[in-house]
Amino acid sequence: MTVTAPVARKRSALTKGQLPAFAPYVVLAVALVLGAAILALIGFNAFGWGLVSAILFAIGLVGWSAAVEGGRKASDKLATCLIVGSFLVALLPLISVIWTVLVNGIPGIITPGFLTTSMNGVTGALDNKSVDEGTKVLGGVYHALLGTVQITLLATVISVPVGLLTAIYLVEYGNDRALARAITFFVDVMTGIPSIVAGLFSAAFFFAVVGPGTKTGAVAAVALSVLMIPVVVRSSEEMLKIVPNELREAAYALGVRKWRTILKVVIPTAISGIASGVTLAIARVIGETAPILVTAGFATTINNNVFGGWMASLPTFIYTQILNPTSPSNPDPSSQRAWGAALVLIILVMLLNLGARLIARIFAPKAGR
Amino acid sequence: MTTNSLTTSQGAGRAGDKVFSGATLAAGCLILVVLFGVALFLVVQAIPALVAPAADIQGGNGFFAYIGPIVVGTLIAAVIALVIATPVAIGVALFISHYAPRRLASGLGYVVDLLAAIPSVVYGAWGAAFLAPQISPAYGWLASNMGWLPIFQGPASATGKTILTASIVLSVMVLPIITSLSREIFLQTPKLHEEAALALGATRWEMIKMAVLPFGRPGIVSAVMLGLGRALGETMAVALVLSSGALTASLIQSGNQTIAAEIALNFPEASGLKVSTLIAAGLVLFVITLGVNMIARWIITRHKEFSGAN
Repeated sequence: MTVTAPVARKRSALTKGQLPAFAPYVVLAVALVLGAAILALIGFNAFGWGLVSAILFAIGLVGWSAAVEGGRKASDKLATCLIVGSFLVALLPLISVIWTVLVNGIPGIITPGFLTTSMNGVTGALDNKSVDEGTKVLGGVYHALLGTVQITLLATVISVPVGLLTAIYLVEYGNDRALARAITFFVDVMTGIPSIVAGLFSAAFFFAVVGPGTKTGAVAAVALSVLMIPVVVRSSEEMLKIVPNELREAAYALGVRKWRTILKVVIPTAISGIASGVTLAIARVIGETAPILVTAGFATTINNNVFGGWMASLPTFIYTQILNPTSPSNPDPSSQRAWGAALVLIILVMLLNLGARLIARIFAPKAGR
Repeated sequence: MTTNSLTTSQGAGRAGDKVFSGATLAAGCLILVVLFGVALFLVVQAIPALVAPAADIQGGNGFFAYIGPIVVGTLIAAVIALVIATPVAIGVALFISHYAPRRLASGLGYVVDLLAAIPSVVYGAWGAAFLAPQISPAYGWLASNMGWLPIFQGPASATGKTILTASIVLSVMVLPIITSLSREIFLQTPKLHEEAALALGATRWEMIKMAVLPFGRPGIVSAVMLGLGRALGETMAVALVLSSGALTASLIQSGNQTIAAEIALNFPEASGLKVSTLIAAGLVLFVITLGVNMIARWIITRHKEFSGAN
């Protein structure tokens, strides 16, 4: 730490051998100027400027500190520089991803009809024509949006009862039995199943039970449930655990049965946390691509039946539009649609995350007495 | 009549208790059944590929010759991703737990969690459209200046769609996992240990070295293992970013392939024996990640018993 007390007229013996409080700012200013100068010699760009300045700043501050304060303080300064630096490095991809999606996605999303039309009848010839004549890009994500909503809804309908009941078993009935411990352990292990393996499992299950090559929205929903159930169990379990035991005991003392206590006392107390956990789980699976890719096939038309026929979804739509553009000779319209869909997907996920926080805040049990 | 209604209501209550506890037990068991079902159905559907004559499998040399190179490719990609992500993730976790102003800390944690919220396909698209072209000049420089190292052997890919780019994208995706778990562990460090170190005159970094890191080491190890599990199974980042090919030592040429991306790229058009081959590949991936995750979870559970920080 540098000096924080108001500076006396003469530096006292106690603060001798310390850098003045303004030292980091001086070094930063010098590093920025020097960085700009070096970059001007080899060709200027903002990223390089930031990088060179950061390195110069670290070297300058640590070197100065080593000269004035000694090795221990200098290594403390170096560690601080590295740790703050690593946080800034972690922010770079976040900013870059969001910026890339916004810049590339906005032209797609403001095209009239993007959200209300499907890819039915949109061919490579039409894409070529729109590039040659500069007309608007046809086709949209309506079918994919519809598919995503249907598949995710079905997955939620499967996962929430199973996940919630399991959480209730673990908290209220488990009593740390061997079975409860096994379930906890395997739920944790299940959170680590690669999403594509969940997709393969669902595909293999339906291939064996219904018939080879069965690909429908329902198969994808089962795959997503495998990914969603452990998340729901973990979050609901945490929420049920923090319900005070006094509430349960008060209900038992009034002669209320255990199952009615759970339904009428425990769950209503924890409902805000459970609901926000479920919303976060939905946000997690709504962007999954790989399991849907191997279970629901690709569709370019609107399919309202989850239990029959191939079905599109936003993530697979993005994937196919990038990897196999509708018109191989002119991939630009396809990539515009893909980025538009990516923007829609990110907005959906962010809304769900925000919704989860709002639910947790609005429906939180009243803490006051 | 009173007695009668009491007994009936009690009877209904008792039945309700039985039904409800039975339902919760069934749900719990269903989860175990599903996990074993995953293994069972993968095995059943994979058997045709495992017993088929070697010449019928893609490549013509049997299943293990087919799966070997892509297992190695998967490991290469995951290990590079971890080598990049681990130091940064620990730095970020330390920043949030011990360096950032207390009032900002939870908000900053939320910002890092946003990284985890972005769908993987968007990362893949970003890696292919933005990162790969930006990074390919650096590969050219590596090839001409450090080409004597086998891993940087030229000629560098002109598009930048190499296994190193894919690993960088993967490292961004595993970063939030390692960060959030290590952050939890660092926050559990006994306050008295930290204050004792500071009272003895340690600087902040020495306090972290003496109190926080030794306490958090098992937590860091298991967080890295969980990150490894995620990196091994991640599909889209590799499928969209990497232009795949045969196994090569050079990280800056196109080539190499991972299991998950191999499945995603080939499964939609596959039929017959090819389906079985890909499901068998999925089984291999499942076994690897299951092992990694079980070891990680085991370390966490063991750590919980000893830490006393509940």
